Amino acid sequence: MKIKQLSVFLENKRGRLYEALKALADAGINIRALSIADTSEFGILRMIVTDPEKAKEILENNEFTVKLTNVIAMAVKDKPGGLAESLRYLYDANINIEYIYAFVEKSGEKAVVVIRTENLDKTISLLQEKDIKLLSWDDVLAL
Amino acid sequence: MYWNKEMECISEEQLRKIQLERLKATVKRAYEKVPYYRKKFDEVGVSVEDIKSLDDLKKIPFTSKSDLREVYPFGMFATSLDEIVEIHMSSGTTGKPVVAGYTLGDIDVWGEVMARCLTMAGATKNDIVQVAYGYGLFTGGFGVHYGARKLGCMIVPASAGNTRRQIEIMRDFGTTILTCTPSYALYMAEVAQEMGIEPTTLKLKAGCFGAEMWTEAMRTEIEKRFGLHAYNIYGLTEIIGPGVAHECVEKKGLHVFEDHFIAEIIDPDTGDPLPAGKRGELVLTTITREGMPMLRFRTRDITSIIKDKCTCGRTFLRIERIRGRTDDMIKVRGVMLFPYQIEKAILEVQGVEPHYQIIITRPQHLDEIEVMVEMSKETFSDEVRHIENLKKKLERRIEEIVGIRVKVTLVEPKSLPRSEGKAKRIIDKRSLNE
Repeated sequence: MKIKQLSVFLENKRGRLYEALKALADAGINIRALSIADTSEFGILRMIVTDPEKAKEILENNEFTVKLTNVIAMAVKDKPGGLAESLRYLYDANINIEYIYAFVEKSGEKAVVVIRTENLDKTISLLQEKDIKLLSWDDVLAL
Repeated sequence: MYWNKEMECISEEQLRKIQLERLKATVKRAYEKVPYYRKKFDEVGVSVEDIKSLDDLKKIPFTSKSDLREVYPFGMFATSLDEIVEIHMSSGTTGKPVVAGYTLGDIDVWGEVMARCLTMAGATKNDIVQVAYGYGLFTGGFGVHYGARKLGCMIVPASAGNTRRQIEIMRDFGTTILTCTPSYALYMAEVAQEMGIEPTTLKLKAGCFGAEMWTEAMRTEIEKRFGLHAYNIYGLTEIIGPGVAHECVEKKGLHVFEDHFIAEIIDPDTGDPLPAGKRGELVLTTITREGMPMLRFRTRDITSIIKDKCTCGRTFLRIERIRGRTDDMIKVRGVMLFPYQIEKAILEVQGVEPHYQIIITRPQHLDEIEVMVEMSKETFSDEVRHIENLKKKLERRIEEIVGIRVKVTLVEPKSLPRSEGKAKRIIDKRSLNE
């Protein structure tokens, strides 16, 4: 139930985010979810895209540093407390979250969030045990 | 194994005596025959008679590469042109070339010191020596050739280039000693592998590598790839060519052939002599050259003198491997800094050949160094704290090696300028701020 996320190193320099996104747009790659972690000197652009392997190749050809990382896409109830409930399970199980961000689209009545924890396998089995819906790659593409 | 045991293991006292005799004779000839030296001596008010001891060497003015360019082509010759039997020339990458003239006697000395070098690498008359240094105006090819001929080796004067043929020759002739630049040796190993020839199956047992700066890591790599012993050789056109100094089996510094060359280390900024163990600019004086005596020539090479007795039995002092060029050196907060030190630190932390640039500024009254390091695929992590850790690790390692705190900025790959030859590693913005 792991899905591939594209991570891109961005120097804090005018136009770099635009250039990365433009390269993907030109190749017809759609972005399903996106977040940027930023520090005063650099940023990390994290994305779920329709064709991660191709996107990686395109960005690398454009001199970007890119990495594919495994993450989990988790569907939570789109109402107050929906996300908190899922996170509670991780909290109770003592699993630390590295980062979390939301999908643009919804899956039915549910909102989709991307999450990376310090232990993905443990997170997956825990959430499945608690009947939290985790999206497969096909689910992500179907969004 | 020694080529000339009597000289190479001479007592300190004897050596100093010979050096002084030879120095006096050289100074006398230089003053009498070379107008350039006469002018320089007269300018500082030093006479030939003032040189009474080896210590008096420091009274003699330095000779620099630009001095040699001024007297291009033959102005440094101390003999009439009919006594000169050979000419070599250093590449003029930074200006007019420098011409070196050799008498028959000089060629004989060259052969002698090169024979010592090859013997240090384990060569005897039974060896097949492949000379893959360039033959021509460059000194590399001919220098090794004269030494190998003195030894009676079978010489393969392959010169540089035509790499596939070099490898076929090594395989077919059973070359035992390879002499070339270290980077060319590594390139040959790669080409051999492409040709389906495993370099370790060649009969090579040793190699004399030099004519460029290289590292211990490269030595290990060359030795592993070919299964040979790689020795460091040092020399320069202005002095004689290859054969000024060479490593013995210990591979712990290069013995300078002190019966022909006197080595000093100076502070490149002040010109003051530095004691053994202190790094600075190597200054060489020839004491047997007839065609072109060189008095206190500033090599621009950075090294230090090792005075301890070497277990190989040779009494000649050693210099450590060349650590840099004064041209590359930069003084920051009074500390000598070389790009290779920063390179080493980054390589250790990142594990890959780094692209980097050093920017020096003086925002207030204190110099500040920023090192821009290109992020590599191998070290990029998806997590901010890993990248920040990498930055901290780089800063710490650089500080440990260089001795000054620097700021590391990670930049995107290929964002730093590339150049065909030497990369522009240092940008010094200090003068602009003053």
